[in-house]
Amino acid sequence: MDWIASLHGLVGGVLIGLSAVWLMGALGRIAGISGIIGGLITQRPKGDSAWRVAFLAGLISGPLLVMAVGGGLGNVAGVPGAVIGEPAGGVPLMLLAGLLVGIGTGLGSGCTSGHGVCGLARLAPRSMAATGTFLVAAIATVYVVRHVIGGGV
Amino acid sequence: MSTPAVKTAAGYLAGLLFGLGLAISGMTDPARVLGFLDIAGAWDPTLMFVLGAAVGTTFVGYRLVFARGTPLFSAKFQLPTKQELDAKLLGGAALFGVGWGLSGYCPGPAIASMGGLTLPLLALLAAMVLGWFIAQRIAR
Repeated sequence: MDWIASLHGLVGGVLIGLSAVWLMGALGRIAGISGIIGGLITQRPKGDSAWRVAFLAGLISGPLLVMAVGGGLGNVAGVPGAVIGEPAGGVPLMLLAGLLVGIGTGLGSGCTSGHGVCGLARLAPRSMAATGTFLVAAIATVYVVRHVIGGGV
Repeated sequence: MSTPAVKTAAGYLAGLLFGLGLAISGMTDPARVLGFLDIAGAWDPTLMFVLGAAVGTTFVGYRLVFARGTPLFSAKFQLPTKQELDAKLLGGAALFGVGWGLSGYCPGPAIASMGGLTLPLLALLAAMVLGWFIAQRIAR
């Protein structure tokens, strides 16, 4: 096992947790990306948009800061020094995937962060059910794509 | 204390921490995510460590935060109140899982990766936003 990669995962995971705790402690909000950004784009909530825009700016600037600092702080598989990995497919596949991610997180009221991190930490039954469902669906999808169809993504 | 500027700064800090966490953990690399989901292949456990550390930190931190009674810069905690496990929740989660498995992108990493924008990522982001609008219409 790649212990350095796992250590990066632990450190990054703690930072994500601190983000969630800070957002709840400061603004009383769940750190769910699809809720924060999706809500911002589709609803433009009056008086409730500025912090969402700021969150979005912070989210994008995080990896840029890691790139600027350099020194191998990123954890891209097989590419030492890289911070942002390449997409695993072309435009048509990403269009389909993006549509499913958008509709799915919209209908399901959350994604890996809102349900997976914040919801599990709150021991919320809906989030446990959602997280179990999207993990199983994703694992099954990867299995079919890589091992049944076998094209390799 | 709870001026709009303070709230905005607090939101930026939360986003920045989240983005740093995704970048340092390698979740801005779809190959890492797909490697975790590929349990029949060369399994990559990184995402398990990320999720475990994030949930553990949040579990402890939320308890400390909730014990204070109110947020620092807001009137109250805004928590989901729904309880029922309905078709919208589970169907939505299943659709999301398929999209996640096809691309290795969930919303956070996809948006956080905009600093290294590629045409396929742009396509995914555009389709994701379209999907959010579609979901809003379906759910109405």
